[in-house]
Amino acid sequence: MLQIYCPYCKQTREEEEFSYAGEAHIKRPSDPQAASDKEWGDYLFFRKNPRGIHHEMWQHSAGCRRYFNVIRNTVTYEVLESYPMGTSPSEQPAHAATISTAGELQ
Amino acid sequence: MEKYSLFKLFNHARTYNENWQRAWRSPVPKSDYDVVIVGGGGHGLATAYYLAKVHGITNVAVVEKGYLGGGNTARNTTIIRSNYLWDEAAQLYELSLKLWEGLSQELNFNVMFSQRGVLNLGHTLQDMRDIQRRVNANRLNGIDGVVLSTAEVQARVPLMNCSPNARYPILGASWQPRGGTARHDAVAWGYARGADALGVDLIQQTEVTGIRRHNGAVVGVETANGFIGARKVACVTAGNSGVMAAMAGLRLPIESRPLQALVSEPLKPCLDTVVMSNAVHGYISQSDKGDLVVGAGVDSYNGYGQRGSFNVIEHTLQAICELFPSFSRVRMNRHWGGIVDTCPDACPIISKTPVEGLFFNCGWGTGGFKATPGSGYVFADTVANDRPHPLAEAFNIDRFYSGALIDEHGAAGVAH
Ligand SMILES: Cc1cc2nc3c(=O)[nH]c(=O)nc-3n(C[C@H](O)[C@H](O)[C@H](O)COP(=O)(O)OP(=O)(O)OC[C@H]3O[C@@H](n4cnc5c(N)ncnc54)[C@H](O)[C@@H]3O)c2cc1C
Ligand SMILES: [Zn+2]
Repeated sequence: MLQIYCPYCKQTREEEEFSYAGEAHIKRPSDPQAASDKEWGDYLFFRKNPRGIHHEMWQHSAGCRRYFNVIRNTVTYEVLESYPMGTSPSEQPAHAATISTAGELQ
Repeated sequence: MEKYSLFKLFNHARTYNENWQRAWRSPVPKSDYDVVIVGGGGHGLATAYYLAKVHGITNVAVVEKGYLGGGNTARNTTIIRSNYLWDEAAQLYELSLKLWEGLSQELNFNVMFSQRGVLNLGHTLQDMRDIQRRVNANRLNGIDGVVLSTAEVQARVPLMNCSPNARYPILGASWQPRGGTARHDAVAWGYARGADALGVDLIQQTEVTGIRRHNGAVVGVETANGFIGARKVACVTAGNSGVMAAMAGLRLPIESRPLQALVSEPLKPCLDTVVMSNAVHGYISQSDKGDLVVGAGVDSYNGYGQRGSFNVIEHTLQAICELFPSFSRVRMNRHWGGIVDTCPDACPIISKTPVEGLFFNCGWGTGGFKATPGSGYVFADTVANDRPHPLAEAFNIDRFYSGALIDEHGAAGVAH
């Protein structure tokens, strides 16, 4: 069970309160009319899908209902940092220490 | 290859079964192959087998980071059926089902293919309309299927709660009599033994760590045990496909997620078919050993940890207990996860890539076990002839740019 920190509610809660919303920081083609099939395909379907550190979006669906970004390790399932939409992650993952306690990683 | 037969069994029994030939060799890799297949799961081994058997290409190595068939091949709930909605998918899975029907003889290895039939339950009016439509489409494609009423479902599965008072009453089902289950390990072992006998080198405990290219064409793979040269490289690595693609500087429309399953303590025979439900989300069958095999849903988020979320398991067992109230007292024995390669349209990618000589067969996601023979068959043909097999053409990666997706979420909704 993941333990996820909501940067708006400022609370760490169980994953069941949240909905996953896919890879973060994907930019929609800035000029949609001019975008090629290749650009649309890449935007819509192709993903990094890394084994390791992943930047992803979650929604606090059973809480404040807002979207935010999370950095998570897809192998250890450690949630390293949460940060609001439109911001960049800090260099030092702020919440890693509180969340990475053993046993919380599943 | 030592042919298995009743006579052989008898003969070996006389010598205390001490002289059976090993099922395959453990060769030292050669420096160079015509084709290197990355991934020794069912699909990779089937590809190797058909490359050698059908196309006469025997200078082939299968490079596996763990042991043969230790990935999703060993972790799935072994449901086999071909009742997919769209022509392209239906034909591919039906080719596979036909190959299953002769596979034990073909491989001289008992894959325990059991055509005990597959039920897909409908719980709402819309479910039933979708089932009607899918069964009609199947029959137009020459695939067996019938729509059953609630009473007919109850007659087939007496233990199931078909009462109108159920939380999600069963209004009917689609029924594919030729569907069923098979023994997962046996499939991998059968193909491995067959491929080995035809000269394919099966190289285990060797992780591929890089794909070496020269002038836009593949020249071999870097492995934990050194470089292996290859004219063609075929990646069949399921949940790890995104990582493989990144080695060649490519991205795929695939996300890797944990899918879980559990088995119970062994019981006396009580369920002689496969029951699946999209709406309450559970699927269940009973293995020949007697344990109930239960499959759960896929996790909502990406992960490579080969374990999943507990709430998903809880949800599935609720669904199973709702369908089979008497199973609520059954104890679960083991539980595990596998990393499945989910694709946006719930269909596989069988494709060449922009890198010359590099091929991918992936994206089977939650439902590729049933496709093992067919996938290997069309992929071997694709690799051997440098062009898609006619049945693989629609599964080209270009569909994510052209928009010609094959949306099988309906038929693959419960994932298998
Ligand atoms: C819980 C669960 C239930 C399922 N139930 C069903 C079902 O009922 N019916 C159905 O049809 N399908 C089902 N599936 C899906 C099915 O298991 C898969 O689609 C299918 O087995 C994929 O086969 P494969 O040979 O491609 O993959 P795998 O068996 O996973 O083989 C891939 C191999 O590649 C190897 N590999 C990966 N990276 C490297 C590397 N870098 N170097 C070397 N080797 C590498 C891995 O070790 C692995 O052995 C289920 C899956 C799961 C997890
Ligand atoms: Zn919140």
